[in-house]
Amino acid sequence: MASPGKKANGWTPKQPMVSIKDLHKSFGDLEVLKGVSLEVMKGECICIIGPSGSGKSTLIRCVNALNDIQKGSIKVEGLEVNDPNLDKLELRKKVGMVFQQYNLFPHKTAIENIMMAPITVLKQDKDEVAKHAKSLVRKVRLEGKEDSYPGELSGGQQQRVAIARALAMNPDVMLFDEVTAALDPETVKEVLVTIQELAEEGMTCILVTHEMGFAKEVADHIYFTDRGVIVEHGPPKTFFKKAKDPRTKEFLSQIL
Amino acid sequence: MELFGDFFKQLYDTSGWNFVIFYDQVEWDRFIAAIWTTIKLIIACLIFSVVVGFAGAWAQGAKSRIIRYGMAGYIQFFRNTPPFVQILFFYFVLGNLTPSYDAGGYQEAYIGSFGWAVISLGFFAGAFNTEIFRSGIEAVPESTVEAASSLGYTRLQSYIYVVFPLAFRVCLPALNNNLVNLLKTTTLAYGIAVPEMMYTANQIWSDNVNVPEMMIVLFLFYVGLVAILVWVMHRWEKSMKIPGYG
Repeated sequence: MASPGKKANGWTPKQPMVSIKDLHKSFGDLEVLKGVSLEVMKGECICIIGPSGSGKSTLIRCVNALNDIQKGSIKVEGLEVNDPNLDKLELRKKVGMVFQQYNLFPHKTAIENIMMAPITVLKQDKDEVAKHAKSLVRKVRLEGKEDSYPGELSGGQQQRVAIARALAMNPDVMLFDEVTAALDPETVKEVLVTIQELAEEGMTCILVTHEMGFAKEVADHIYFTDRGVIVEHGPPKTFFKKAKDPRTKEFLSQIL
Repeated sequence: MELFGDFFKQLYDTSGWNFVIFYDQVEWDRFIAAIWTTIKLIIACLIFSVVVGFAGAWAQGAKSRIIRYGMAGYIQFFRNTPPFVQILFFYFVLGNLTPSYDAGGYQEAYIGSFGWAVISLGFFAGAFNTEIFRSGIEAVPESTVEAASSLGYTRLQSYIYVVFPLAFRVCLPALNNNLVNLLKTTTLAYGIAVPEMMYTANQIWSDNVNVPEMMIVLFLFYVGLVAILVWVMHRWEKSMKIPGYG
């Protein structure tokens, strides 16, 4: 949970919780992000949309330092991610992440998946963690599935375990990397509902998604990326109806 | 027991097949002692080699180039030289360089022949185990490791709690093979006079001139031991099977 007031590094909740400035990221000679800037306030839910290969996933993977960056700055609650002496644990306590392929630990049951990190990484008391995990299981509506292994769960159920697993660390920001892209249409909804509830409770969320309907309904702000830059952004109402850039228009005409 | 002994005594008197260990108390005691020494030797070597493999596979992925090159050198050395030469080297060369204590008029080394056999065979099989575990580690998807690091796991924590448990399951069949080989290779401890089964069998046939009989005993003994090891490993493999995975 975000502690109120000023932090040691000078960050206050009135400043953007995540602030990205002029971010450049290359894989070898291939420049994937060419100067991206965006800001997310506490409690905001933003969606990043755009064609495949436009750098959306790379962008959010940079936020929790799964990818290193070449130039620019990413600050999470004032913590500079592009700092060679970055305390990665400090960052990852603040940032939870959910992946397209769920990436659960297949040798652990659902409840163990949720409980492992708080016990191993945060060294929290086992009983406390168990209590918290139980409430998270209820939150993602997986009562009765606690002792199932990931291989015994459907894609949508696995993804909800993955969300609960990330929430068990009490993050301040949640990153969702195309979390419904691997699901069949019926199960997409159960995952989206879970995320929507989170957003409504005030969790700061950054989503990379292809679910335009969801983005329209839940997002406070939408960013459209193409070829490594943010082409256009705005609140959903203006973004979907009054897109100005031809690239945005073309993209939207293809998917809407 | 008496009936059992009588049978083999009778067999010797009528056919000349001399299974002396089954009717002579002194040889029987030697045989039983050898069984225990062999089992202790095997268990110690198995455990030590798996620990070496666990640590070695971790070290192979280390950031430090020195550690990685050191591991590569270790594996090359133990894989490319005969285990019998290794045992003799450990016992006669390293054994002379390690500390000893005064045992009443003569110097007794802290590490005896049993200890050196465990160390050299453990490192020998450990080199293979390292490679076996590495193959398992490479089969663990990078995305699973990323999930662990995004939850704040350090590299070591993710190795212990996520990567190794998954890798271990993948490479168990290969590990089984290597451990069976190790079990049989413990007979080389004969070379530095560890009183295990091979060494004792040799002593017994030297005293009784019954080489074919003791050879039969040796073969049956190792067939039985390997069968037990394989059975245990299969049970273990089964018990670790994850529902809905692999």
